Order: sequence, then structure tokens, then C-alpha cells
Amino acid sequence: MLQRLASPRTGGLLALAAAIVLLPFLLSNSYFYDIAILVGLNAIVCVGLNLLIGYAGQISLGHAGFFGLGAYGSAILASRYGWPPLAAMLTTTLAVAALAFLVGRPILRLKGHYLAMATLGLGIIIFMVITTEDKFTGGPDGLSVVPFSIGEYTLRGERLWYWIVGALLLFAVWLALNLIESPAGRALRALHSSEVGAEVVGIDAARQKVMVFVISAVFASVAGSLAAHYSGFVTPGKVAFFHSIELVTMVVFGGMASTFGAVVGAAVLTTLPQLLTVFKDYEMMVFGAVMMGTMIFLPRGVVPSLGRLLELRRQGAASRSDPRT
Amino acid sequence: MSLLRVQGLTKKFGGLNAVEDLSFDIQTGSVHSIIGPNGAGKTTLLNLLTGVYQPSSGKIAFEEHDLTGRAPHEYASHGIARTFQNLQVFFNMSALENVMVGRYMHERCGLASTLLRGPGLKRAEKTCRDEAAELLRYVGLQDYLSSASDSMPYGALKRLEIARALATKPKMMLLDEPAAGLNPTEALELENLIGRLTERGVTVVLVEHNMRLVMGVSDHILVLDYGRKLAEGPAQSVRNDPKVIEAYLGSSVPHDGSFGKDIAAAVTIGVEMRR
Repeated sequence: MLQRLASPRTGGLLALAAAIVLLPFLLSNSYFYDIAILVGLNAIVCVGLNLLIGYAGQISLGHAGFFGLGAYGSAILASRYGWPPLAAMLTTTLAVAALAFLVGRPILRLKGHYLAMATLGLGIIIFMVITTEDKFTGGPDGLSVVPFSIGEYTLRGERLWYWIVGALLLFAVWLALNLIESPAGRALRALHSSEVGAEVVGIDAARQKVMVFVISAVFASVAGSLAAHYSGFVTPGKVAFFHSIELVTMVVFGGMASTFGAVVGAAVLTTLPQLLTVFKDYEMMVFGAVMMGTMIFLPRGVVPSLGRLLELRRQGAASRSDPRT
Repeated sequence: MSLLRVQGLTKKFGGLNAVEDLSFDIQTGSVHSIIGPNGAGKTTLLNLLTGVYQPSSGKIAFEEHDLTGRAPHEYASHGIARTFQNLQVFFNMSALENVMVGRYMHERCGLASTLLRGPGLKRAEKTCRDEAAELLRYVGLQDYLSSASDSMPYGALKRLEIARALATKPKMMLLDEPAAGLNPTEALELENLIGRLTERGVTVVLVEHNMRLVMGVSDHILVLDYGRKLAEGPAQSVRNDPKVIEAYLGSSVPHDGSFGKDIAAAVTIGVEMRR
């Protein structure tokens, strides 16, 4: 039992749950809650994106596009057409999944830089459509969104949203961990390492890649829908290329092929700019320095690198206490 | 009935015919070796026989199913497994997980039960783990049950690929130079392992330069030179074939058979000189 608690899976989930439960004691006002919710939403996107980038080894520079489609889909259906928000969100999610499936097949035949270019192009097309179709999207001005409601009950207030996003993040992490520790998850890691090696044991690499692309797009879309309803408005900023880069940076910073790393990456890179406001004009410089320092000293990303350091220290301590060596 | 039937197989790379108009059969239960000088097209042939390359023309049928033009994973699903000359181990995983990946075709389940981790999946994972460990022991890797694959020595990695290929439950296994880079003791263990594979009912196709190993385990030998079939037949008759000796030694030898007795040794020496 104790062993299970210490496992990365159960132990990690419990630690994350504990962090979500205990965090409100530190959140003294609604501004802090607001940031915590933003962290949670980014973390959901990153957990999905990490399945694609960290585990399957396929880059995407267009995930802000899926986030944006989720946000705008919900906003347009719920606010302009008066759909119930839950129905709007589910329909949008299905539509995004279908889109990811359709474009995934041709795009994921590409590798490395070419895949990066193609996903970048996809993200930019989505951005262009959203900024120019102003009849539906409001163009650069954005769109206001009705609050999320289920039946008569309307979800309002940072505290309530905090618990909803926290629960969903926990659920997203659980789904990701389940996927990774399954035959399909091993297939993803295998094709990351050697596609031909994976193919000859019977793995349809193209199909697996499309599957994880769709899953990651769905995570981004759901987070987008929630973000739109929570903040009450959507703007093209969150669909832009820069946001895609931010998301990839969070995944790499936290540690590729580490689900909890993705959460940590999202948490650090979302809160860091807020903390660095004390540096005023030099804020972005310090931010860049922190990024560079982390990648130099923790090259595998924060969570895997620290995990390895701990492991080495433990081994060192064990060999020191062992008189035979 | 032959297990594998190849007819008129040709693979062109630009103007070069790496494999040219090749036809042969492989019988169930045999150890079938493919030999030839460097550049004879052996690895190209293995890539064609596993769908990694698509043939320019010709037909490949396995158990009467036409597999020409199919993807590698479809070859795998018909029961063809392989190892690689340049290792294709999944270095981001442990040795055990590498073998567990080999069981993919027999383990995979729907997306919903994968994501929600139903009790069926948990049980299947346990079985998968146990069977993978069993296979590691079978190929002699009992010391590496909890090793990361990137910390294993070369010889062990070669056997890890065999264990992974075995995990797919193949009918036929293609081994691409399994003895390359092995010391004599390891090569002997490999010979023993190949013998045990056939006992398991796996038909082995062996591409190998180590003539001692080839002569020791083969029932049947196919000799390639410049992508064409040079000779084919039972091991004994191929080793005495003057054409084979000429291809290996690059010189004409008397055809009266006086050279016959020592030819196997000469071939071995010739090959080892070339490498």
C-alpha cells in the first residue's frame, strides 16, 4: 500500500490533489484566484500537448488554434445563438476533434521541422479566420460571452471556478496517466523512439499519431471553452501564434514526457510574469534569463531533471552508507 | 505449402537494381539463411519482406495472402517479425517495456477503456508484464529485468530485439545480422537461441556474415550477389557451389571439386577478410 502511495502515479495524483485543496489558504484575494484558474486552464492544455510532444514526439505550433476554436465555438453558439453553454461546449469539442482528425492525417505524415511548419500554418489559418470573420467573431475586438450555466444554475465567482478547474485538471491528469500506462501509450513512446521499430511490431504509427493529436486538440478546446465562459469575453490574442509558443514552452520547461512536468511548467510560466512585475521595465529580460538558466541547468525540464537529481543523491547516500563499496 | 512465396521481386533505387527479379520460397519450420557479399541486397530484401520498403515490381505472399504493397504493421499482423542490423530499440523505455510494446497487437483495446483504465485493462497489463519478463528470461536477459534499455550492452540489446519480436507471437522471424558485433561466446549463445526459436515453431530467416553460425544452423541457404539469386539449396550443396565461392573470393577456382573439402573454411576466411 505504502509502495503504491509512493508511485509516481498514485503519489503524484494525491500530491496534485493536495496542492489544489491547500492552495486556497494562500489565495488571499480574487486576483490570486484568477491567476490560479489561469494556471489550471493552461495546465489542462499542456497535459494534452505533452502527450503529443513529450510522449509521441510530434511537435505542434498550432495548439493555440484549437484553444481558440474551443473558446470562439462556445462563445458564438452560446452567446449569439443562445445555446445552453454545456451543449455549445460539447458540440464545439466534437467539431474540433473532427477537424483535428481530418487535418491530422496529412499533417502528421510530416516530420520534425516540416511538421512544425504545417502546424504553425494551421494555427495561423485559424487565427486569420477568427480575426476576419468579424460577423461571427467580432474580429479584433473580440466577443463577450455569457456565463456558464447548467439549467437554472449559473456558475459565477472565482472561488467556484477554482474548484471546477481544479477538478477538471485532476481529471485531465488522470486521463493522461491512464493513456501513458496502456498499450496505446507505450505505442506512442515507442514510435517516438523508432517509428520503424514500432511499425514492425504491429503499431499503425500514422493512426496512433492522429489519435494523440485529436486527444490533445480536445484538451485544448475544452480549456478554451471554459476560459471563454469564465472570463466573459474572448479576443484573438489567445488564438495567436505567440500563445502556441507559450504552450510549447510550458511543456518543454516543465519537462517533456512528464505529465506532472506539464502542470509545473504551466504553473511556473503563468505565474512568473506576475511575480516579475516588481522588475518593472526589466520584466521580460528577467523572464528570459530565468528561461535560459533553467534550460541550461535543468536541460530535461524542471520535473525530470529534479527527479533525476534526487535519484542520484539517493543512490549516492545508499552507496556511502554501504560499507562494501 | 510454403510459408512465404516471393515472385519476381525487384527493388530499384534510381538506376540501381538493389534486388532484381528474385523468386524463392520459404518452408515452414526451417532456418533459411540469406548470404552474400556486402552490397548484395540482403538488407534491402529483408526490408521488402517486412513492408519497410515497397517493391518496384514482383509479389510477396505469406500463407497465400498477397501482402505486396502493405504497410509494415500489416506484415506484423500476419505473423512476420524482425530484428534490425542497426538497432531499433526504444531507448526511451526500460528493457521490459520494450518487450511489452511487442505485445501491442494482442493487448490493444478501445480508446474509452484505455483512458478510463477499466479493470480488464489492469489485468491485461499484469499479464503483459509477466509474459514480457518471461520472454526476457527466455532470451537470456534475466539480469536486465529492471534495466533501462539505454544502459544495456550491445550484445544484450540484440537479444532484446529478439525478445520484442518474439512477443508479437510471430510465425516467421527475420534476423538481420544478429551476430554482428558479438564475441564468440555470445555468438554461440545466439546459435543456441536460434535453435530454440525453431523448436517454438518459429520459422527463422537469417541474414548473416558469420559463416560458422550460418553453416551451423541453416537448413536452406539463398545466396545473393548484386541483387540476384546466385545459388539456392540445402546448406551442404551451397557451400560446395563453385559460383558461391567465386563470388566470395573474387577468383575462379577449379571446378573438379578438388578444392571442395576446404571450401567452407575458405569461404569463412574470405568473408572475414572482406569485413
